[in-house]
Amino acid sequence: MANASVNKRNGQMEYFDKTKTTSLLVSRIVSYIFLVFVTVLSLFSFYLLIINASRSNAQLQAGFSLLPREHFIDNLVTAWNDTSIFFLPQGILNSFIVSAITCILTAYFSAMTAYGICVYDFKGNKAIHKFIILVMMIPTQVSALGFIQLVNQFNLTNTYWPLVIPAIAAPATYFYMKQYIDSTLPLEIVEAARVDGSNEFRTFNFICLPILKPALAVQMIFAFVGSWNNFFTPALIISKKELMTLPIMLSIVRSRIGSQAGDMGEVYMIILLAIVPVVIVYLFLSKFIIGGVTLGSVKG
Amino acid sequence: MSSTTNSAPAKRRSISYAKWGYFFIAPFVLVFIVCTFIPLVSTFYNSLFENYKEGLTVVGPNFVGFDNFVKLFTPRADGRLEILNYTVNTMTMWIMGAIPQIVFALLLAVIFTSERLKIKGQGFFKTVIYMPNLIMASAFAMLFFQIFSDVGPINQIITANGDKAFLFFNNEWSAKSIIAFINFLMWFGNTTILLMAGIMGIDQSLFEAASIDGANSSQVFFKITLPLLMPILIYVVITALIGGLQMFDVPQIITNGTGNPDQTTKTLVMALNGQINGNTRNFGMAGALSVILFIITGILSFIVFRSTEPKKEGKKK
Repeated sequence: MANASVNKRNGQMEYFDKTKTTSLLVSRIVSYIFLVFVTVLSLFSFYLLIINASRSNAQLQAGFSLLPREHFIDNLVTAWNDTSIFFLPQGILNSFIVSAITCILTAYFSAMTAYGICVYDFKGNKAIHKFIILVMMIPTQVSALGFIQLVNQFNLTNTYWPLVIPAIAAPATYFYMKQYIDSTLPLEIVEAARVDGSNEFRTFNFICLPILKPALAVQMIFAFVGSWNNFFTPALIISKKELMTLPIMLSIVRSRIGSQAGDMGEVYMIILLAIVPVVIVYLFLSKFIIGGVTLGSVKG
Repeated sequence: MSSTTNSAPAKRRSISYAKWGYFFIAPFVLVFIVCTFIPLVSTFYNSLFENYKEGLTVVGPNFVGFDNFVKLFTPRADGRLEILNYTVNTMTMWIMGAIPQIVFALLLAVIFTSERLKIKGQGFFKTVIYMPNLIMASAFAMLFFQIFSDVGPINQIITANGDKAFLFFNNEWSAKSIIAFINFLMWFGNTTILLMAGIMGIDQSLFEAASIDGANSSQVFFKITLPLLMPILIYVVITALIGGLQMFDVPQIITNGTGNPDQTTKTLVMALNGQINGNTRNFGMAGALSVILFIITGILSFIVFRSTEPKKEGKKK
């Protein structure tokens, strides 16, 4: 609106500038419409989840509705205190421990590996880089059978070791860090640190790692969410009730759905509670990305 | 890329510092060997054995050579080759989701980073679009199954007008579309963030220079943003492809593991899961399927990388 009136007032403006301003206004409006559409698309499922979590089992069976009902607290109490096959607060804690360790290991060691490849020209450097990129495509499921057999051999079933240790070698995260370091980390910094007498490991930890913060934040979010939602591997390794992570608990809840005892209201509440912590962590870390990512320190 | 002036001292230094490279990559390589490489080899080893349960008796493991593979590539009595169907299903659903995913992400990333548009409330929009990725795939699948179920809200609307209910999960293309849509919805925000970080990594002075030279926004996008974004875009496509080949949770839960209608939504990993966790616990067949999955990924990654290999490596020390 404001732009339109500005446009009108400057009647003498050259034709070129005028079309430019109008086209800017049009593209701005189109952009906002698109953004609103995408926002609705993104939030719709959360809305459905909250609505469903506020309805009793009978209301859910009766039919679908877009309006919330009054059973939110009831469902919350039921879900939180349900100790029949698992204990939800314990599950949230377990998932948090596993995901936090996983995301730190993934981000740190991927950055370390990428730094090693980018900064040092050692023998086999390129071969190792090519190899990691090649294996990056291998889905985890391909080696799952062998991995489970290995875990059994070392008696590590029902421990968190098989869930967190593999996080150290995350080829996809490595690749992202490598691309990022290549385009943003000036090697002069490493050079300067050497002149100042900093040892290589120290240079990486205290000088280069802070420069990589935006990329680290992005990859930490991805790793945290990935681990939080991971079902395939934990389900094959964890069977003890006290050690179960949330997706395993969810799968147990889901198997109840068909049965008479299944309380769908509780099921939706459990899904909601399983998502809330990761949303909080996300909102906390997303500031890193959204709060203006300014890159490089001696760029240009 | 950055240090052309001191390439001479760099040469000398490379001798004294190069060994540090091994120290930096050691943890990764070690863990990779133990947690991925050894299991991979032993999975492949499994594929050469007959090893399954028949009722309560365990058959094998007996060495059978490539029999499992022969079985895998023998068409059924009705002439259908199941493994080919699973591959086609997986790739079809991936492409149906990945195209809108990358288009949306590119558009959003450009809108957010545009100096010209100066979008207000960016923080809010950026935060929101990533949120679907936080929902567990299984939860998403359950939600959409409810929405499109035979008595769900969509069908309540259809039947309210007197029409017959449309059985979304009995039709190949509607079932595939729903699965592809869930994948798109879950991943477009993730892709946007990656592309945005990539665009922000581009030297801002290039955009300033272009606007001073009078370049319009499509020129800026195709001549500056897109070429410089290529490394990150490649990364995005490749990771999306890895994700697509692993497609499992959503179709598994939506179709309750059946891959119906008529096996048209059954993916490769669903078939693999069926062999490992099914009643027969057919480890030999699971191993053979893993090898096939491995080969398919290998071919695809080769195709992608042949077109993307960077021409020049940066200077190193």
